[in-house]
Amino acid sequence: MSKPSQNDDAMTPVACHECDLLQLLPELPAGAKARCPRCGYILATYPSDPFERPLALAIAALLVLVVANTAPLMGMSAVGRHASTTIIGGVYQMWLEGQEVTAVIVAFCAVIAPAGYLFFLLIVLFAVRQPPAPPWVGGTLRWAERMQAWAMTEVMMLGILVALVKIADLAKVEAGVGMAAVGVLMLLFPAILSSVDTDELWARIAWHAPDSKPDPAPECEHTSKQQPDVDASSETNTRETPSERSAP
Amino acid sequence: MTTAPLSAIKAGLLSCETCGLLLQPAGAAEPGYCPRCGSELAARRHGSIERTWALVTAAAICYIPANMLPVLGTTTLGSTEYDTIMGGVIFLFTSGSWPLALIVLIASVMVPLGKLVALSYLLITVRRGSVRGNRERTRLYRLVEFIGRWSMLDVFVDTFTVALVQLKPLMSVQPGAGVLFFAAVVVLTMLAASSFDPRLIWDAGSEPVQYPAPTKENRPQKVPKLG
Repeated sequence: MSKPSQNDDAMTPVACHECDLLQLLPELPAGAKARCPRCGYILATYPSDPFERPLALAIAALLVLVVANTAPLMGMSAVGRHASTTIIGGVYQMWLEGQEVTAVIVAFCAVIAPAGYLFFLLIVLFAVRQPPAPPWVGGTLRWAERMQAWAMTEVMMLGILVALVKIADLAKVEAGVGMAAVGVLMLLFPAILSSVDTDELWARIAWHAPDSKPDPAPECEHTSKQQPDVDASSETNTRETPSERSAP
Repeated sequence: MTTAPLSAIKAGLLSCETCGLLLQPAGAAEPGYCPRCGSELAARRHGSIERTWALVTAAAICYIPANMLPVLGTTTLGSTEYDTIMGGVIFLFTSGSWPLALIVLIASVMVPLGKLVALSYLLITVRRGSVRGNRERTRLYRLVEFIGRWSMLDVFVDTFTVALVQLKPLMSVQPGAGVLFFAAVVVLTMLAASSFDPRLIWDAGSEPVQYPAPTKENRPQKVPKLG
């Protein structure tokens, strides 16, 4: 009895983020991705382990981040003198040389944004372990996404390499521990990104306006009697693209 | 069976930009707030075209000093030599590492210019209500968003060069005024890309893209697991 209706509700109505096409997301197996048929945007991903794995990766990345920011990135020696630098050292030197604004931009993209992203994401991942997480977790998730857009670890890694090659022409240079750590971070960030399922995180966060929330549980079955301005499923079930509907 | 695709906006619905929840707004003029995440709702990003134009113009203005002014000054025993971005590329090329020279040339000179041209093109075609090549234009937008951050490369290179080469009075490197303008170009174009609303591409003209058979193809496709 509940089987067929469940199957129907498993289709989540969504509008494509990049072309606004209305469509129904079917339930997909872990590891699958759903693409918008019109513009090709990836509507949803279904990582096999959307909570434990990103948590482990983010904790690892946080530890590596500490190393990357404290250990020397690279050193150089010329005529009996040795110098080395860290990320913060680079920012500080730019500040000293009168490039305060550039120093702030570099500090933000190289240190603050990656650290902020990991920090906020960890809060969210810990909070959603016992759903529903309180509504403020949604704000934290939003901050994590904002920070993520400006975290440029991979660009910094390439920048370090280019700087190293440039300086190698003038003096003897060697790569430091910090550089290896940045390299590891560069790999960890995409791994975190691909293991997080933002939709699933939102589903585990309590609604901002609780009276308009369809159901206490993350599952959204039978949401037909909602306030008109909030309803997610019932309205759209009758309005989605005919083509989507025709599919069995 | 005709399969005219339906945009959320035409169905009187909108999806929250922050959490993706699809809902029916209280009113078209004032959609209110998302009940799930509390962020302000809007069918399309506010003043998307005007804001993007303003940021693109500002970035284009900064692009000129970013390329004309020196980004690095190398002081060797009292005499200082200044290098622009192109100077840095030429230095890398002549010192034998042409792959890096190519990377810096692409990331620092061509990508920012390409972003400005691409965003202007998108803005002009959206304003003119173009209905051709929507999918390609959306891809172009995605490319602009994706490669935007890579222009920051030269700022990082300059920062770490300055930080490391400080052997005064023998040899030292100082940042030039160009770095600031260069960083400004990157930040402004990134902001421009994020203020542009790609859904505007699809709003003009109801539907240029021909759908295949109204069966499996129209459903979100299952993509096999990568990696």
